[in-house]
Amino acid sequence: MDIRIVDIAKDFGGTGALRGVSLDIRDGELIALLGPSGSGKTTLLRVIAGLEIPSAGQVLFANEDATNLPVQHRRIGFVFQHYALFRHMTVFDNIAYGLRVRPRAEQPSRQEIGQRVEALLDLVQLPGIEKRYPAHLSGGQRQRVALARALAVEPRVLLLDEPLGALDAKVRKDLRRWLRELHDRTGHTTVFVTHDQDEALELADRVAILNEGRVEQIGTPDEVYDTPASPFVMAFVGDTTSMPIELRDGQATFAGKRLMADIIGSVEGQTQLYLRPGDAVLVKPDPDDLAGTVLGVRRTATGRRVHVRLDPTATEIEIEAAASRNVSVGEAVGVRILKGRVFSAA
Amino acid sequence: MRDATATRRVAAVTGETPVARAVLIAVAVTFLGIVLIFPIIVVFVEAFRNGFAAFLAAFDDPDARAAIRLTLMVAAIAVPLNLVFGLAASWAIAKFDFRGKNILITLIDLPFSVSPVVSGLVYVLLFGAQGLLGPWLKAHGIQIIFALPGIVLATIFVTFPFVARELIPLMQEQGSGEEEAALSLGAGGLRTFLTITLPNVRWGLLYGVLLCNARAMGEFGAVAVVSGHIRGVTTTMPLHVEILYNEYNFVAAFAVASLLALLALVTLAAKSYLEWRYGGAIASAIPRR
Repeated sequence: MDIRIVDIAKDFGGTGALRGVSLDIRDGELIALLGPSGSGKTTLLRVIAGLEIPSAGQVLFANEDATNLPVQHRRIGFVFQHYALFRHMTVFDNIAYGLRVRPRAEQPSRQEIGQRVEALLDLVQLPGIEKRYPAHLSGGQRQRVALARALAVEPRVLLLDEPLGALDAKVRKDLRRWLRELHDRTGHTTVFVTHDQDEALELADRVAILNEGRVEQIGTPDEVYDTPASPFVMAFVGDTTSMPIELRDGQATFAGKRLMADIIGSVEGQTQLYLRPGDAVLVKPDPDDLAGTVLGVRRTATGRRVHVRLDPTATEIEIEAAASRNVSVGEAVGVRILKGRVFSAA
Repeated sequence: MRDATATRRVAAVTGETPVARAVLIAVAVTFLGIVLIFPIIVVFVEAFRNGFAAFLAAFDDPDARAAIRLTLMVAAIAVPLNLVFGLAASWAIAKFDFRGKNILITLIDLPFSVSPVVSGLVYVLLFGAQGLLGPWLKAHGIQIIFALPGIVLATIFVTFPFVARELIPLMQEQGSGEEEAALSLGAGGLRTFLTITLPNVRWGLLYGVLLCNARAMGEFGAVAVVSGHIRGVTTTMPLHVEILYNEYNFVAAFAVASLLALLALVTLAAKSYLEWRYGGAIASAIPRR
């Protein structure tokens, strides 16, 4: 189902407020709401669910105004961050709950409910745990039971609040892949909230990045990573380092020295150049390159992260180097900037 | 398992010597014995001083029977009302944010901090013959003070906090996540309350009701002020005990008192039994994070 969110505002007088958010969610897509805590991403999800009533704006479900539709009538499936499984009910009763509370005329028979619960437990790969209580399940199992419970009502949209947030790293990775497969199989329109950029980039068809109650950018993982719309997006979806430069007619200089870098974006005068750690390389000291001093070196999974102070200023940047390159602290190095990005002040 | 090691480590850190431990235990036991256990034994000993027949005779007295009936009736009215109020108040406090919430929480505790005599006096000043509403009530032939309604009101006032105090922390701890989940699955408000909220607090609710009931039957001060001590009409069991005692009718006084003490013991036993029998269920009613 298509969902349109138009100029939603929500004010609590605290964090998590929304200040005019618009977003189109397409039928069948898996979209991530990504942002730091307090950015309003969970509030937006709860507005879509009907658990929060916005102070302004509209929510349209398949072109019908759903802004004031109570949560019970929205036909959504919501998976809560801490799952909110009914602790006094068995797994079976948890999953069957949404079917049993239907009006009598629409209620499936006992047998149908039983079959449906069984099918859902198969779908989430937890057959045979019907009689257990939530307290006796692992985090990953609870997560999947919560998902099965949400799917039981045949929701028009599936909303997941930090679905993997409460799990440990290993389970998280497995469930991430599994969640993607499940989405591809069932085709539900799905919105999920996360503060983990890897999760968003790996899982989602599109990512909406929120900051301080506003959408900074919406796009595919490639788009938000490769062509970020703002310094915030660039810093949030990947490692970013920055340095002050001066830009005149497309020619960049740093401390009077010309940079031979590809500069994306156009700004005149003093500005900040943003680059990924891989966008600069360490070279032998050379008058044509920038000079710097190594302040620190960290080993990463793929190479070394070198912390360099650029002469003659106090600017510090991070550069990715190959693991085979030996760098020692205090060493004088040359730095060549390959590319970078400037943003006009919005 | 984890709990056991944690306790052991704490014990090792605090590290009191066996002597200190023995002294502390002895002090606690002696204190409990003098203040609690010994008096309760005395109640039963005195009640049976002249034998079982004399004990039973105390309950042959029509006034004693009337007192028991009245006490049961007061509890039967006050406890359900406080159950409803306690549920409503703790629901409101735990699940919603509103102006004046802290004032409401403080007000709920008021009966704990106010002397029961004052609690009774308030109703006399309000509804008594010389009270604020007295003349109007008299004109309409409504008797509140020195009658059942006054006793019930005073009892409700005094036992007001028990259910709410038991439920508020429990409900706050549980949050509204499960209720929201139920709503998102299509359940209505009442259905959510009956199938989610109520079952989740049932043990806390039962505790609260047990304590509320014990106090409702045993309340003396507030009830003494509003009852007027009309024998066989407005004397509850605790008041009846006092009257008998003042008439030097010790065996009968202690016999009725023993019934009250028995009630307290049964309440405690029921509470302990529930804790033992449903310990797991009660523990799992508190969310694990």
